[in-house]
Parts: sequence; C-alpha cells; structure tokens
Amino acid sequence: MSLQEGDEATPEIESGETELEALLDDLIVDTDDHMNAPAFVIRPDTVQETLGRLKNEAGYDHLSLVTAEEYPDRYESIYHLKKFDDPTDEVSVVVPTDSENPVSESAEPVFRTADWHEREAYDLVGIEYDDHPDLRRILLPETWQGHPMGLDYDQDRPQMVPLREHANPLQDDHRSDTDSDTMFVNIGPHHPATHGVLHLETTLDGEQVVDVEPDIGYLHRNEEQMAQNGTYRHQIMPYPDRWDYISAGLLNEWAYARAAEDLADIEVPEYAQIIRTMGAELCRIAAHMLAVGTFALDIYGDFTAIFMYAIRDREKAQNILEDLTGQRLMFNYFRLGGVVWDLPEPREEFFEKVRTFVDELPDALEEYHDLITSNEILQMRTVGTGVLPEEVAKNYGATGPVARGSGIDYDLRRDDPYGYYDELDWEVPVEDGCDNFSRLLVRMREVEESAKIIEQCVDLLEDWPEDERNIQANVPRTLRPEDDKEIYRTVEGAKGELGVYIRADGTEKPARFKIRSPCFSNLQTLPEMSNGEYIPDMIAALGSLDIVLGEVDR
Amino acid sequence: MSSERELFRTDDSQVLTETRDARMSGQGDRFNSKLREAFGSSPFILTKFDKFMNWVRGSSMFMLQFGIACCSIEMMHTYAVKHDLDRFHAGVPRASPRQADVMIVPGTIVSKFAPRMKRVYDQMPEPKFVVGMGSCTISGGPFQEGYNVIKGAEEVIPVDIHVPGCPPRPEALVYGVAKLQERIANGEASPVTVKPYELEQFGDLERDEIVDELASEIDEEDLVMRYNWADSP
Repeated sequence: MSLQEGDEATPEIESGETELEALLDDLIVDTDDHMNAPAFVIRPDTVQETLGRLKNEAGYDHLSLVTAEEYPDRYESIYHLKKFDDPTDEVSVVVPTDSENPVSESAEPVFRTADWHEREAYDLVGIEYDDHPDLRRILLPETWQGHPMGLDYDQDRPQMVPLREHANPLQDDHRSDTDSDTMFVNIGPHHPATHGVLHLETTLDGEQVVDVEPDIGYLHRNEEQMAQNGTYRHQIMPYPDRWDYISAGLLNEWAYARAAEDLADIEVPEYAQIIRTMGAELCRIAAHMLAVGTFALDIYGDFTAIFMYAIRDREKAQNILEDLTGQRLMFNYFRLGGVVWDLPEPREEFFEKVRTFVDELPDALEEYHDLITSNEILQMRTVGTGVLPEEVAKNYGATGPVARGSGIDYDLRRDDPYGYYDELDWEVPVEDGCDNFSRLLVRMREVEESAKIIEQCVDLLEDWPEDERNIQANVPRTLRPEDDKEIYRTVEGAKGELGVYIRADGTEKPARFKIRSPCFSNLQTLPEMSNGEYIPDMIAALGSLDIVLGEVDR
Repeated sequence: MSSERELFRTDDSQVLTETRDARMSGQGDRFNSKLREAFGSSPFILTKFDKFMNWVRGSSMFMLQFGIACCSIEMMHTYAVKHDLDRFHAGVPRASPRQADVMIVPGTIVSKFAPRMKRVYDQMPEPKFVVGMGSCTISGGPFQEGYNVIKGAEEVIPVDIHVPGCPPRPEALVYGVAKLQERIANGEASPVTVKPYELEQFGDLERDEIVDELASEIDEEDLVMRYNWADSP
C-alpha cells in the first residue's frame, strides 16, 4: 500500500514484529507503520485467520477499535489490537478492500465486540462484512440513503425517517409458535431509566428478560465529521467536551490532546502535565458522583437523598473546575502542548478550596457507604445480579470500571502512563465480584484514589518555582502533520479506554478522525448481563454500566 | 437547666397577639390578612376566570423528565439541591408525558430522535409549553453543519422560550422558566407553528425512484419526517 513511511519503530517493537511476522508469515501482504504500532496489511478474506492467530497465539486479546475509512482508490478497515496485560503492546491489522465491491470478512467470530464496530463501519463508511451475524445500520435510521463518512456523500440531499415504534421485530418469529407467551416492550428512547436517549428492545417472558437489544443512534451528532472539519490547533478541542458530557470534559480533551501531540511531536511541559492531571481527576470525581447518584436512582427509583447528595458533591467539584477553567461543564481548557491558562489567582485561595474539597471527601464517601453500599435493599438488588464474567468482558472489549469490576486489572493511567500519573502514588481498585455491586464499589474506591492524586498534585503545584510555571509548549500556529501519518492513542476516561485515531494528510485538518468510545463497547455487554434475569436487574445492570449516550453515539 | 426549659415553654394564657384576638373574636374575619383589609368585608375576589387559570398554570408547572444530551446534566443540576427549581413552582419532574405541562428540550436533536420527540410532545395534554435549552435547540449549535443534526427544535415542535448557551448555566434555565411563567400568566403562549411533520406525504420533494420506493414502503399508520437539509437555516 502507499503508507510506507513512518517513524522508526522502537527496538522492542522491532523484536516483537519479527515474531509476529513469523506467526503471520503466509497472511501478510504488506507491512505498514502506524505511529503507535506495527501494522500488517492482509487480504480481506483472511481476517478471521489473522485475528485468530494474533489472539490465541500471540496474546492480543483486546480488540480496541475498528476504524473504517475510504481512500480515493480503496476502502480500509483497521483492527487496533492490544493486550489486556500490557496495553503498550499494540498491533494494527489493515484490511484494504477495493472501492467497487467493498466486502471484507467479519471479525465477529473472533472478537464479539467487532459486531457493533463493524455495523458502525457499514453504516457510516459503507464497507460490508461477510459472515457478520447482523449487518444493518446502527447509528443512522434504517431508511437513510448513503454512507455519510464516505467520500462522495452529498450532505444536502433530503432524508426521510419513519416512526415505527409499535412495530414488533419479533412478531414474525413468533407467529408460528402457537402458544408463545413472550411480550415485546420498548424501553426508551424517552425513559427515565435509560440515562438519556437509549432505546432497549426487550422481549419478556413474564417478569424475565428473554432478549434485550440496545438500539442506539438517537444522539448521533457526527462528532467525527465535526472533528474532520476542524483544524488541529484550535477548532477540534471544544468538541471532546461534548462526547462524554457528564463533567468528564478534561478526560476527553486529554484523549484528543494525547493523540494530536504525539502526531505533531509536541512535548508538554511538566507543570502543565500536573495541572492536567489534577483537573482530569476532579472531572473523574464529578463523573463518578453522577454515576453513583443515578445508579442509586435506578435502584431506589426516586429523586431523594442519594441523588441530592451526589449532586451536592458534584457542585463542589464543578465550582473548583469553574475556578480553574472558567466553565461549569464544557471546559475547553486543554491546548495542544499544555493548558490555556495558569491556576487562578490568588493561588493560595484556590489550593485552599481544593484541599477543603479533598479533605471533606472521605466524610462524604462515608455517607454514601452508609446510604448505599451498606444498605441491605441495595445489596439484595445488586449483589449477584448483572454478572459479567472476566472472559466475556474481555471478548466484548469492556474497559474502565466495568472491566475492573470483573476482575480485569487494567487501567491505562498505570499501564500506559501519560501525564504525571506514573510519578504519583495511587492504586488501581479492582473487584472480582463481576456483578453490579462490584462495579459500584470500584467507582467509589476510584473516587478515593482520585482524591489522593489531586492532593499530591496540589502539593507539587504549591511548591513549584514561580519562574518555571510553563503552561504551554511552543506550538506552531498552524499544525500540518506529515502526509499519511497514522496514530491511535488512548487514555483512561471516566468510563474506560477512550481513544482517538487520526490520519493526517498533510493539511491542517485530519483526513480521518475516529473516536474509540468506551461506552460503545461496554453497552454491548448488556444482553450478556441481563438475558434471563428480571427486568429490574436489567435496569440495575444498565445503571451500573454508566453509559453516556453522547459517547455511545458520538 | 430549669431556666433553659422555660424558654421553650408556651403558656397559652400569656400569648396575646392580634391574630389570636381576631380568631377569638369572630369567624367573619378570622384570616386577618392584608388582602382582607384591601377587600374590606366582602368575602369574594373578583377576577377573570381566564386570568385566574393562567396564573394557576404558571404557578404550578409539572416538567417532563426528559434528558437528551449535555444540557440535561445542567437541567438535573437545576432541579437538584443548589439551584432548586422547585422554589419557582416548577420543580416536579414527571416521567410520563401525560402528566406534564412543560417540556424542557435539553440538547441536540438528531434525525432519528426527532419523530420520537414529536410523539412525546403529542402525548402531552393541552395546554403545553416548551422551553428550548441550549444552542442546539435554537440552530443545531456547534453541530449545525453535521449530516444528521436537526437545525433547531422549532423544526419539529413549537418552542415558547429559547435559553441560549452551550450549555446554559442553571441560573439561565431558571430565568427561562421564570420568563415562561410570566408569559403564561399574561396569557401569551406561543402560537402553534410547526414546520414539517407530514403524514404519508412528501410535500414538494422531487419524486425520484428513491422517494417512490420509500413511499410505497411506508405504512399509512406511520409517521414520516422529512429533513431537507438544504432548506434549513
């Protein structure tokens, strides 16, 4: 393929590469260098064979993302693989297909998570996957004409959308069954328990869920297209705030910043990294507070104490973030190469505020534990329900608190360090209960760890010499990364592994910008957790996944 | 100790206030209020029934619990402890549209969701009011140029109050709701001017084969929405 140039691979990747080349010897058509990993180009009919070997023999057990894109002369699907044990050990599998007949083999039999990722690729780009169990549109309405991320898509053409909310997709299946007594129920897209505009098509047998299928796309607001229309330096940064909008803005901004900074080879000053780390952890606390509050809301079913407590503590975090960034929710605080401004003056007052917040947090958490985790009613509802075994979670590419609640010790802040995390003293909470309760506990323990990180950051910032407060690196006014540079970088967002894939084409705008949303992968596990369970347990499982639809649909 | 207790003891014989006197002396003016003074001895308040109903409507609004996107987070903050929309007679979120008077549209509306939102709006009983929250409900906001985003809630349902911002602060939403109450109390609900929303018809859309094919597929019971991106603002 035409993507030969790239920067030098590091020695350890080199040695791994030869092993991998030996493993995939007969399958490799060509090699390529992505900035984050070696890439192997294979034929479209050997996808399952290649991924199967990489998974079973080389240990790449995490399909992080499937990127699809259209070139003038071909389509390409890229499978970004990682290891749960060592996420820095990456490999990309590039599958080109010709532009007349873009058919490629599906990876779904090897990695379950490929199901939705490939449906999205089909929906937005138009690549078809052979052997896929259920290839239809996922984000756009089924009557949509054309594939909007393709090169020849005309955005101005009219589109029609029917409303078929009474249609029963299973009616035909059951017509032959003379005494079938299952019932079909739509939950959502407007429903208080779905945390936004999620639509669950559920089939019930009495009180039990026979089958649940999440129907997404009610908040698909073309974030990828928006990013491709913006310039690297300034125009993209406001959008990440709106992917995961539960106050996790800085964490998302970091995902973009990390990818773009590595792409353009920008070194971030240490002082800015500490501010970033502190801000990001404040965001994580705010996001987990809402997760805990709404989870309790789902379990108890009313707008009472716990929700109000959670909002109260979120307000405190938001006030600090507002002091820091100037905004309550959409911060737009990071810049490529640093942050936009220094800590607010007077600094002592700001530090005092943060310290008070962090010091009061253990008491607040004590209250939550009194109200929630030690409450027998909640324990009965959550312990042993929504079970997601470790292997299943890995197969679906689940990350973040969902993976850590299933006993997978995987946190990119520690395993693939960025920012200032590896200099600080903190732990990764892991629970191996695999149920709703474990996921709740993981979130609450993560809040404590985040508080620890913030405290250490404040200590560092307080003693930072005044003449070394460098908040931004020297970044050219217009960034034009070299043609055909490709990079995929991930950070630990509030919900899990949040990644950004960028392909540069020598202009000031990305040629392809793909977002790896943790919620998208996590939500796929819902049927595994709730099929055969009671409806309220399904609602609890959904609450414990802590999805945010802005990130699922992007 | 005993002296402290004294503080909290109420000896009925010692309590003599004007209200108490008034209550004792006769039933006619037992609520000795300013209003009573203003109206004299007449036990009636005369007003127009319409005006009274408008005042009642504005002072007791049930909001639809309706979260779409980023703005819904700020909307939740508006309902909750710090901002407490309930102080302004408007804080009871109802999960069912059939019990709600006011719909706050908090977020971006995309093509797939617009028919659903229209349906939720249709399910609300009259009289109903809509507060559009955030830039996305005004024009599509930061996502206006996207292929899938409806350029404002007004393309689908009528909106009474627009609250700009991305997202608006809770204070801004409270102000928007207060303005809506003012308008309702003055009897100025917005006229119903809905733009597309065609049933089994495709309006002025050119009848090419795609339209014909889709038209034949559509059940008459189905609601169809047509989005003509080129005509939108």
